Amino acid sequence: MSIRIERRLAQPRWLSVAVPIGSLLVAFLLIAVVLLATGHDPLATYRDMFEAAFTAPGAMTQTLVGATPLVFTGLCAAAAFRMNLFNIGGEGQLYFGAIGSSAAALLLAGQPATLIIAAMMAAGMAAGAAWALIPGFLRAYLSTNEIITSLMLNYVAGLILTYLIFDSHSYWRDTTSASAAVFPVGKPLPDAASWPTFGMNPIVPFGFLAGIVAATLLWTLYSKTRFGFEVRVMSDSPRAARYSGMRTRRKILAVMALSGALAGLGGASQTGDFLHTLDADPKGLRAYGYGYTGIVVAALARYNPFAVVLVAFLLGGLQNAGSALQGPDFPSGLVGVMEGMILFTTLGGELLIRYKVRLQGKRREPVAPAAEATR
Amino acid sequence: MEPTAEPQAVPQVRSGARRAIACRGITKRFPGVLANDAVDFEALEGEVHALLGENGAGKSTLSNVFTGLYRADEGELEVSGTPVAFDTPRDGITAGIGMVHQHFRLVEPFTVAENVMLGDQSDIGRSFRLHPGAIEERVAELGERYGMAVDPRARIWQLSVGEQQRVEILKALYREARILILDEPTAVLTPQEATALFVTLRAMAADGRTVIFISHKLHEVKAVSDRVTVLRDGRSVATVDTASSTLESLAALMVGRELNTYTRREEKREIGELVFEVEGVTAAGDRGVAAVHDVSLSVHGGEIVGVAGVAGNGQRELAEAVTGMRPLESGTIRVGGAVVHSGDPRAAIKAGIAHVPEDRLHTGVAPSLSISSNVVLKSYRSDENSIGPFLRFHHIRDWAVELIRRYDVKAPGPDASARQLSGGNLQKVVLAREFSGSPKVLVIAAPTRGLDVGAIETVHAHLREAAANGVAILLISEDLDELMTLSDRIAVMYEGRIVGEVDAATAAVAEIGLMMAGGRES
Repeated sequence: MSIRIERRLAQPRWLSVAVPIGSLLVAFLLIAVVLLATGHDPLATYRDMFEAAFTAPGAMTQTLVGATPLVFTGLCAAAAFRMNLFNIGGEGQLYFGAIGSSAAALLLAGQPATLIIAAMMAAGMAAGAAWALIPGFLRAYLSTNEIITSLMLNYVAGLILTYLIFDSHSYWRDTTSASAAVFPVGKPLPDAASWPTFGMNPIVPFGFLAGIVAATLLWTLYSKTRFGFEVRVMSDSPRAARYSGMRTRRKILAVMALSGALAGLGGASQTGDFLHTLDADPKGLRAYGYGYTGIVVAALARYNPFAVVLVAFLLGGLQNAGSALQGPDFPSGLVGVMEGMILFTTLGGELLIRYKVRLQGKRREPVAPAAEATR
Repeated sequence: MEPTAEPQAVPQVRSGARRAIACRGITKRFPGVLANDAVDFEALEGEVHALLGENGAGKSTLSNVFTGLYRADEGELEVSGTPVAFDTPRDGITAGIGMVHQHFRLVEPFTVAENVMLGDQSDIGRSFRLHPGAIEERVAELGERYGMAVDPRARIWQLSVGEQQRVEILKALYREARILILDEPTAVLTPQEATALFVTLRAMAADGRTVIFISHKLHEVKAVSDRVTVLRDGRSVATVDTASSTLESLAALMVGRELNTYTRREEKREIGELVFEVEGVTAAGDRGVAAVHDVSLSVHGGEIVGVAGVAGNGQRELAEAVTGMRPLESGTIRVGGAVVHSGDPRAAIKAGIAHVPEDRLHTGVAPSLSISSNVVLKSYRSDENSIGPFLRFHHIRDWAVELIRRYDVKAPGPDASARQLSGGNLQKVVLAREFSGSPKVLVIAAPTRGLDVGAIETVHAHLREAAANGVAILLISEDLDELMTLSDRIAVMYEGRIVGEVDAATAAVAEIGLMMAGGRES
């Protein structure tokens, strides 16, 4: 008896829906075991989680706030990964988006809100794209592994952020107010630089709406245009792309810039929606690892932009529920275990979409399966 | 199947010499390929026995059956007169069979002695404590005996390719191999190293060991072996004494046809003006060493010029160089007198050079994409297929349906992925796309490799039709049959150079075969 894992020749459509749902059910079963072992009632816990994430007063707002950065970093990863370009640098590109957008807001103080907000978005995207183009150029012209370079640049970006606020008298640093003399902070942005909420309840951050628009544009770009066609050919076979006369280097640069711009817009949204200053606090913007979580979001969404929005929303809910559950009899470690289980089973379930598991009787007897495996 | 599979009477070279290894009726199938078809073979103790054949003739498969890496579907194998059935390569080693692969299986950061020790099942190799000293001594001793001096304490990465090969041979000798199989051992060697290797091989034979020397290079086979077994299309066609055969007779056996058995082209072609000129082209191979040396070719409109050669003599690189896939180091390419910018596939496409690559599945198409996507791989930018930045998917799909009908592609539909198609149907899709760009020149490599008879006919018919429409065709193929039937002229490539050019209507096949095997430099 042996177990073989074989690549599926065709991936049935229903699998891509059934497997994630099945994975979630398995996760909740496993978590139930852990909860029972630690003396909690699983069903009651699940009900509390659902309430804390979606139905309790203010819960939906909190979930959307958590989801907003993940939409952008998820789109950032999805845009690049679609072309097998592994941009792990969403984190640093998001910081640069924050730097660029806050500079724009400070420069344009006194201008109308619409202009400031539009400039913040543009500057955030430009800064994120510029930062992403560094690994992009290295990859396109020197065949450097973009995973390593983009990852390393995250630390560089983090240090630049620290430098701008803590270690220099930069344009972004507040040098006038009394409290800033005690603890260095960024200059507060003008009021007109706060992104609108349109008085909705629950509050939907403007960034979240922008994220939905970005997802729609990205989907259109990738599935309807020549650019998207080239990306598909390049991801499937770089040789075929070159053979067809596609400008493969330019495409690498364009996709890296696009990916970085999406993360940069996330940085602008953090600044305009929530922080209203350039935040270099190690417990602030840099504490959550949005860029890295975005990779998980993109993977779970199978790089589909609309699915990225959905997954970001669910993950935002999960994080929100987790922090709401924490208390004297519900340690944060247990919350971490639950989140870990869900990610583990959903990511692990991906294997079943691409491969099938086959149990076999005797070793050498059947000829057909072996023939299939060599393909 | 031809009835000529009966080998000629096997000559006994040394009466009294015992058979070291023999097989009868070895058959090995892979999905869609019959790699070995009832192969008979025997090698004696104390002889160097060459296994000669073109690429794909089944030499490597047969040697893998001998070493126990593959298990034959049918047939018997015996070593020293005892029938054996190998389940794993270890059984082969135990039976005294050693193999030196074309690509070495060495651990680079380890020393020579450590590599020799790997997988050793003898007493000192098995013990928990390592005994590098004893092994180093034995390696040095073996090296000295066969003229293969290597420092046992040197690390593999410090050694030249020739020295690394010695380590592989020493590894086999250390494991007491009585039968040593070398797969294309000279492919990686300089001429001097090759000469030294031949001395070693003769020394081992003189010691009573058996050397099976796999090659497709005639002069090497002639230089080192006692007897030659020729494989062709997976079958053993003859075993002959090296001394009594000539380069010409070996070439004829390897290529497989006696003179004039080829179907020659019947139709008369209208040869037009000079369209495609390749002048002094030199291009580097994948490893940086020049793979194409100073190649010049010219093709007129309506003409098919064939390029013959054993695989790996620079044909793939030549096809890539003249279609912009590979940058030129020197030389020029002209279409209709205008120079084509080198190293740029898009420039080549614009100049009217169509290209059907050897690697259909991963270069010729994007395998996971649909047939519709693949038929517009080179024309998606045109006004017909796009409006502004958007692609006209409906139009493209209709176009794919039309091409599927016109070229009689057997496919579930235009949305089926290219990967799902059989080789012949995939080739039809590639041809349909390339011809729909109304090319002036077509560079086509191994157009019928792996296709069945029906598909081969279709592909040939398309090529004839294209020539009749005035396209200048450069046909690169290892299949002499195909070249003889289709070409007007045939150029022969050997080690990156064009070593001769013949008129297909009057050429002698033996002459081509000889040039292909490097038997004649012109």
